[in-house]
Order: sequence, then C-alpha cells, then structure tokens
Amino acid sequence: MEKLLDILRELHPETDFETETRLVDGGILASFDVVMLITRIEEEFGVVIPAKEIVPKNFNSAAALFALITRIGEQDD
Amino acid sequence: MLFPSWAFLLFLAVLVPVYYLVPKRIQWIVLLLANAVFVCFAGFLGAVFMAVTIVTVYAASRAIDALFVRQRETIAAMKATHTKEERKAARLRFEKKRRLVLIVCLILNFGILFALKYGAMLGRLSAGLFGGKPFGQDLALTMGISFYTFSTVGYLLDVYRESVPAEKNPLKLALFTSFFPLLVQGPITRWETVGKTLTEPHAFDGRRFLSASLRIAWGYWKKLIVADRLLVAVKALCARPGVYRGDFIFVEMLLYAACLYADFTGGIDITIGVGEMLGVSIEENFLRPYFSKSISEYWRRWHITLGEWFKRYVYYPLSVSKPMRALSKGTRRLGVGVSRRVPVYLATLLVWALTGAWHGSNLTFLVWGLLNGVVILLSEELKPLYARFHARFPRLTESAFYRGFTVIRTVLLLSSLRILDCYGTVRDAFSSFFSMFTTWNWGAVFRGGIQSLGLSYFDYAVAFSGVLVMFALSLVQRKGAIRKRILKRGTVCSVCVLLVLIGTILIFGRYGFGFDASQFIYNRF
Repeated sequence: MEKLLDILRELHPETDFETETRLVDGGILASFDVVMLITRIEEEFGVVIPAKEIVPKNFNSAAALFALITRIGEQDD
Repeated sequence: MLFPSWAFLLFLAVLVPVYYLVPKRIQWIVLLLANAVFVCFAGFLGAVFMAVTIVTVYAASRAIDALFVRQRETIAAMKATHTKEERKAARLRFEKKRRLVLIVCLILNFGILFALKYGAMLGRLSAGLFGGKPFGQDLALTMGISFYTFSTVGYLLDVYRESVPAEKNPLKLALFTSFFPLLVQGPITRWETVGKTLTEPHAFDGRRFLSASLRIAWGYWKKLIVADRLLVAVKALCARPGVYRGDFIFVEMLLYAACLYADFTGGIDITIGVGEMLGVSIEENFLRPYFSKSISEYWRRWHITLGEWFKRYVYYPLSVSKPMRALSKGTRRLGVGVSRRVPVYLATLLVWALTGAWHGSNLTFLVWGLLNGVVILLSEELKPLYARFHARFPRLTESAFYRGFTVIRTVLLLSSLRILDCYGTVRDAFSSFFSMFTTWNWGAVFRGGIQSLGLSYFDYAVAFSGVLVMFALSLVQRKGAIRKRILKRGTVCSVCVLLVLIGTILIFGRYGFGFDASQFIYNRF
C-alpha cells in the first residue's frame, strides 16, 4: 500500500491520498493521471489493469485501487 | 421534425396524454410507436439504417452473451478433467469468438456512419484524382445517426465487457436506440441509465410535469431568442472570409460562442425536459462549461457524454492495450519520462482526431480536434510551472480576479479553436484568425459593420440581454438547481415563471411566417 501511495503522491503531492475518497469524482485524478498511474502500477506491481476495470469506483481512493491491484494480481496467479 | 416546430409540439401534445392514459405495462410500447412515427417522419432511409443497427447490435449482444454462458459451462465441466493451461486455452478460444462477433458488428455500424459522413467527400476526392463524375454526392447523415450509433454501440461494448447483461427483448433495445428526444442532438446515453428507465412504468406526476415544462420552455427561450438570432450574424460573417476580417473575427468568435452555447444547451434542455415529462431520466450534457478554468476542465463540462464515451471506449482501452504497452516499453531507452508519456500522448491525440472526425468530414474538424489535443497535452506539461507560480504568488492566484482571468482566457482560447468550425477550409480559418492581429478595424465594426450582418440593433439588444440572463442564471445555478427553488415556492409561482418564459418567447423569439426555423447546429454532426 505504501508503494501505491508513493506513486499517487508523485502525481499529486498536494493531495492526502490516505483519506481522499473522491479522487475521480472530485476531479483530482483526470484521465491523463489515470493512464500515467496505470503505467506506473504495471512498472511497480507487474499488474496490468484491463480497460473494463477503469471505472471511477476503482480509482476513487487509494484503498479501492489497492484492492483492485490485489484482485487482479491474484487472478493472474 | 424540428423541436422548434408546431408539428413537434402537436406530436408531444398527443403523445403525453396517451402515454399516461394507457395501462402502465404498455407505456413503453406507446413510446416505441411514437419513436417509429418520429423516425419515419425524418425519412425512410434513416429508418432503414436504424433498423440495421438495432438488428445487428441485438444479434451481436445475444451472441456474445451466449458465448459467455457456454464458456462458463465448458470451463466448469473441464475443471476436474483438464489442466489449468487447457482451461485457459478454452477461455481464450471463447474470447476470440466474442471479439470476432464484436468486430464484425462494429465494422458494419461504424461503416454506415463512415459512409454517410465521408461518402460525398471521398467521392469528390476520387473524382479529383481519377477523373469522372464524383460518386456518393447524395449521401448525407440521417436523423440522429451519430448519436444513436454511439449509444447503441456503447451498449454492445458494455455487454462485451460483462458490465451489463444482454437485453432479451429486441423491441426494448429498439426503444433505447430510437428514443426520439435523443435523435435531434443527443446526448449520447448509456443503457445502464436511460435504457432501463425507458421500459419502467411511469405514473403521471403534476410537479414533475411542471418542472419538465420549465426546462423545455427555457430550452426554447435560449434557442429562439438568442441562438437563432445570433446564428444569422455568425453565418453572414463566416460566409465571406475575404471581407470580414480583423476585428470582425473577434466579434464572430464571441457571437459564435454565445450562439453555440444557447443552441446546444437549449436543445439539450428540451431533450432532457421531454424525457422528464415522460418519466425518463437523461444524462446531463453540460455543467456551466464557460466557467471552466482550463481547456481540459471545459471538455469535462461541455458535451460531457461524448467525452465520456470516447474516454470509456477508446482512450482507456487504447492506453492499456498490448501494442501501446509494448510501445511504451520499447521507448524506455529514450528515458522513463518519455516511455510513460507515450500511451497518454498517442491515446490523447487519437481520441481528439476521432472527436474532430466525428464532427464532420471537413479537414477543419480534424485540425480542430488535434489542436484541442495539443493544447490539453501542453497544459498538462505546464502544470509544474503553474504549481510553482501558485506557490510563489498564493494571494494573487487565490483571488477572484485571477479566477476570472483564467475563465476568460479559457473562453478566448476555445473560441479561437472554434474558428475552424466556421469556415470551409483550414486556410480561410487561419487567415481569418490571424487577421485579428494584422487588421485593426474597430471603426468599421461599429460604423454600421455589425448592422450589415442581417441583424438590427434591436436584435443585438435582445440577444445581448438574453446572454446576460443566461450568464446571471448560470451564476445563480452554482448554488443549486434553479428549478427546484422555483418549484419550492409553489405551483402559482412556477406557473408564473413558465408564463413569463413563454410570453417572452412569443414577443422576442424568432419564429412564425417569414422566418425559417433552423435545425440545431449539433444536428448536422
């Protein structure tokens, strides 16, 4: 989780990702950020997020995103 | 059937009572019949193309759904007898079949749209290159095809992604595809939201009816008082690029910004209001777009449903696709920064090229789309610089003055790009735009210049007052929905507001004999 928070902070240092729950709905993460984030997640976690999982509820908080990464990682195994 | 026509109002006046008088279980059938009347009224060919979309998307969605079911059954049966690799291979075979069904259906539906949008242009191009008579000059977009193709294909893609189950009743899919208010100029809707509510039973609700009437009246108000008036001047300015130059172009930019806003949002107000009148919730397509502080923000608030469609079905899938990831990895030797940007840059530019192409076959639209993409990417790259500026001058950047400056800057920037929408060639558009910096002729503009555009000073005064009203209401709307506040004050107050809107349309609107009611600008896309 800490690794994911570091990636998120690289994109938006001003945001408190531990508490924020409206990252997409609140306009903090734009589509540009989402794609950058997905590229970084693949680099760091080796997990490829498929297009159908790129929906606001999976990206609205660091916790939701971490749960998604874990779920996809387990599926890959 | 134009929204601003007596035929449409009569159509609505017959449909709404019938819709609420019939038993609720057949309400959606009444709506389907009304759609059929509306579509046939627009032309036989349009009805045929729509039928092709309904039949092919229905068949493809059912086939994809059946393949999912068979896949699950096959994999379950293989669990005890086959290895993990064999099960994976079986899954991939089913995936391949689903993809094939999807691709065939996409090619067919987008093929029709492509042929109608680009047929005439390709005919001229071919005649220019090889001689002979240009083919396809009669091809033209049929009513709502750009909008319903995207909505219905979106449904198919959702079925393909297993986000929604395939609809079993083809007539319900036909209802979603042909829902008449959406055929004029969208918005592009989703099955998940609009499709389901269309077939639900709806009881008449007087308060909802009044609320919907207010929204419809406000839409007509914007269209007939502001948009149709300003459109006369905008058309006159665009028609003579060699004559109207310099400061006339600045006037044109502002008039077109106001005209397009009043036209498009007015039409969507009528669409959403008609939907509401029938108990159907339609997605909002605008969120006070001219209050945006950047072009990216503007595109999240203007024609929202088109942007969302491209983001959901093109931008994200393309960004995370295998070739794009391979390209990103392949460019790593150029530096991590470059390799991470490759998917974003390519996907952004492709989506904007497609957005431009969606608007029309003219090269001006493609250039307009790509320039939007370039501006968005440039602003993303400049973000660290802006952040430093904000940190250095916090009091200035948090002030109302600075916020106002960023809003005006955005409106001017997007209006500059929109000049490409006004002319037939890129050359005329650029030449006209740059003449603003080389030809100073404010004197000519105000010495009867603007009176030569087909509008009187009275027209300008009415249109300008209309723009002020729209601006003031947008400011008020920031604190909450205006209609809700009006309705809270009671029925009498709401009816009075409705009568004021209708009264002002009757006095100041452009309609009736001797006036050619114009179709909505976005209808041509």
